[in-house]
Amino acid sequence: MTYTVSARGVRKSFGGKVVLDGVDLDVATGIIFALLGPNGAGKTTLIRILATLIRPDAGTVTVAGHDLLADPIAVKRAISLTGQYAAVDEMLTGEENLRMMARLLHFAPRAAKARSAELLAEFGLLDARARLVKTYSGGMRRRLDLAISMIARPRLLFLDEPTTGLDPRSREQLWGTVRGLADQGVTVLLTTQYLEEADQLADRIAMLDHGRIVARGTADQLKSSLGGEVVRLHFADGGGYQRALGALTILRADQRLRTIEVGTDGSAASVHDLLGTLRTAGAPASRLSVGRPSLDDVFRSLTGGTR
Amino acid sequence: MTASYALALSDTQVMITRCVRRSLRDPEAFFTALMLPVVLMLLFVYVFGGAINTGHGGYADYVVPGLIVLCAGFGAGTTAVAVATDMSSGIVDRFRSMPIRGSAILSGHIVASLARNLLATALVIAVGLGVGWRPDANPARWAAAAAMIVLFILAMSWLAAAFGLLLRSPEAANAATFVLMFLPYVSTAFVPAHTMPAVLRPIAANQPFTAVIETMRGLWMGDTSTGAAVSHEAWLAIACCTGILVASFAAASWLFRHRTAA
Repeated sequence: MTYTVSARGVRKSFGGKVVLDGVDLDVATGIIFALLGPNGAGKTTLIRILATLIRPDAGTVTVAGHDLLADPIAVKRAISLTGQYAAVDEMLTGEENLRMMARLLHFAPRAAKARSAELLAEFGLLDARARLVKTYSGGMRRRLDLAISMIARPRLLFLDEPTTGLDPRSREQLWGTVRGLADQGVTVLLTTQYLEEADQLADRIAMLDHGRIVARGTADQLKSSLGGEVVRLHFADGGGYQRALGALTILRADQRLRTIEVGTDGSAASVHDLLGTLRTAGAPASRLSVGRPSLDDVFRSLTGGTR
Repeated sequence: MTASYALALSDTQVMITRCVRRSLRDPEAFFTALMLPVVLMLLFVYVFGGAINTGHGGYADYVVPGLIVLCAGFGAGTTAVAVATDMSSGIVDRFRSMPIRGSAILSGHIVASLARNLLATALVIAVGLGVGWRPDANPARWAAAAAMIVLFILAMSWLAAAFGLLLRSPEAANAATFVLMFLPYVSTAFVPAHTMPAVLRPIAANQPFTAVIETMRGLWMGDTSTGAAVSHEAWLAIACCTGILVASFAAASWLFRHRTAA
């Protein structure tokens, strides 16, 4: 297996605050890899380090076969970054943005024009090419941003929260675009705080919390690591709910609805044991349902998310 | 080596095109920048001018260099805001993740700033000639005055870029350059220093804006309002502008590397 990104022991602190606390990461060539975590987990910092924008305090990183610290210029040539805020010039038209970036990537003027025309068509922006970007919708800006990222046909594309702030339709459209890029052989490393996004898009997922990777694998592996099923219990009165909270290892609880969710391996025996525990604790459940866990459940169980 | 210089030059050229386009597409700022010289000239010559006796003939003959400097102070505000806006948007991250020299990005702003300010200067001169300014200078002196203006505007532009990088928010950058807009009033721009109270006189006579203004005044009109020789004011002005230019260039380059890296 070849890896486009291989990072070992990456650390970064800002003013004494540890943001990345020894991150190891391997991204296989040609896949979509999602870095999943809540705000402040260190996702953006990690992406910015891998994209040569900031230097790590410690650690070794290879990107597209080049050592990040020894040869950042070679890394820059192999990658493209699309940040959290669309990095486009609002006072230029879509086409001017593309041609400017192509010229900065040292395309000759005529080649820059041709490549821009291809990308405008590919990303559905032909009709809007002569309009100033400040008149574009959020989804159009992101598409232009992605189109710019693809000018030099990078081997590795970083997408930092690519769909934050987009409406559901634009989000799905963008997912389709990202899948299309992966089909062309581009390795994609994206960050997201949406579990659904990682579930929908990513071949592999790493969960980042407080600067550490707390889990990694495919979406299915992560879900089954929780146990096969999630049991959702409902309690008729507050006393039973409180006693059950004390007796169980819970995934999630809702005081107002008096519901508690617990992970199990999905066997009938485990559910039987669970009910036994509740009876012993004097906290019989009034209703019970069983379902597949979501990535959300995995995330909550790993980050102590009973809040 | 040659190839890498050619690429750096091409990057700079692309950045200049970008910044010039942005200037042209901000009609409000652009209009203000062009209206300012015209309105100020008319205001100073026709409203205030009649009451000001500079001892140097018509007021238009006195005030042109001062207005050029005043407009450059305003232009510096525009440049500081443009740089700060860029730094607070995601596009600089993209530029930095591409194989381009940082200097190309700042140079684009500086050249656009120079172009805007030279246009404003040309307007001051054109309107000045229209309202009775009669410079008495040969082509060599005109060329020397033009060189003074370019050096001064470059110094102001780099200073503004450094402000923009230092303060990051466009509003703060704009506020900081207010100093550059008000300093000319406490110089010999509009009235000779000897007409001011004793407290202000030494400031007005010795601050850098005065040296720049008196250099232009001396080159165009034959004598300065301070009584010093033109060459004396010119050396002073060149020294001040070069000092500001070098210090601001160094500060801006350092800030660009460090501010965008955080």
